[in-house]
Amino acid sequence: MGILSSSSSVVRYRVKGKVKEPLLDTIAHGLNKYRISEPDNNSDDKISGWTSFINPYLPDFSGSSFMYDPYVVFSLRIDKKSIPSKTIQKQYVTEITRRLANNDRTYISRHEKKEIKDRVISSLGMRIPATPNIYDVIWFPEKSSLWFFSTLKSANEEIESLFLKSFALSLIRLFPYTQAFYMEGFSDREKDKLNKLSPSNFAAARIN
Amino acid sequence: MLDISVAYNRFRFIGQEFLTWLWYMIATGRYTDIIDKDKNISLSIGDRMVLENRNSKDIEIITIKGNQADLKEGMVALTKGALVAELSLVIHVNDLPWKLTLKGESLDMTNLKTPATGRPETADDLEGAFLEKVDLYETSFHITEQLYHNFFKQRISNDWDNRIKTKIKTWIETQN
Repeated sequence: MGILSSSSSVVRYRVKGKVKEPLLDTIAHGLNKYRISEPDNNSDDKISGWTSFINPYLPDFSGSSFMYDPYVVFSLRIDKKSIPSKTIQKQYVTEITRRLANNDRTYISRHEKKEIKDRVISSLGMRIPATPNIYDVIWFPEKSSLWFFSTLKSANEEIESLFLKSFALSLIRLFPYTQAFYMEGFSDREKDKLNKLSPSNFAAARIN
Repeated sequence: MLDISVAYNRFRFIGQEFLTWLWYMIATGRYTDIIDKDKNISLSIGDRMVLENRNSKDIEIITIKGNQADLKEGMVALTKGALVAELSLVIHVNDLPWKLTLKGESLDMTNLKTPATGRPETADDLEGAFLEKVDLYETSFHITEQLYHNFFKQRISNDWDNRIKTKIKTWIETQN
């Protein structure tokens, strides 16, 4: 569902503030600082960061590889480890059975059960590879506009937070209220009317 | 400007009124008065519409889908006080088609299909393919923004209560 896909979903943002000059260096610095790292050698269940639009599995922000003048193009990658609950259950029950047999016991405390489960999840997390999810980003600094190619709530929350950390600029999502607020061609007095609007009723049987 | 999350919930009705207005503008052909005259643009309702009625105690959701979908059910919902929550739109510019679904509460675009472009064969083709695709996205964004701009202009004018709302209500009544 990325930029070049036959079907996409897009959320539009306004970028609040201006990028520090020199633009290319500031953006490269932000992208490199929060570039995705490979998560497979640790047990974190989720890891996120920026990656390249051209090759999202080998992030490289050298030179001006992310500039398609006048656009800045890169991707947000969120890698998630998802361990099937049945796999956890199998390992957990196996470990409990083994402990009971080895120690000739009939009972395992709640605390010990929790400790076993945590260890099983951690051990499986080290072995199971993360699934990458890639969401493309087009940023147009000149117009303070950004398009994000996903409507997923979690992905949008992630880009809003990572963008702020990377470039010290906030993203304002364009929805009916904010889009009206930032539209050109309206005076402040006209925009003030926005805050005073109340719902219209088109129902036939009612009189407004 | 109000706090973003407060504004999102308090003014979600604006987006739904926009989509309801847009259906009226398309059905009556009035949209031709407000979009670029120098381009050959036509708009039509696509294969999906979702209506939401928050007037009753429970939220009522009506989904209409299919290429030959009869929008009569949607009209009945409007008379009961529902608003359009999601609308599939087909835009033709010089006979080239764009298809998309607009969500009222967020104005997010989903299932956005632009006219077909060639797939890049080499890395060198990529920049050209990218810029071509961005240009196609820009076209659909520009048209939907222009529509929303016009809606908002009407919505904050005195004409909304005095004239436009009555016209939309009359249109709904005559369709049932």
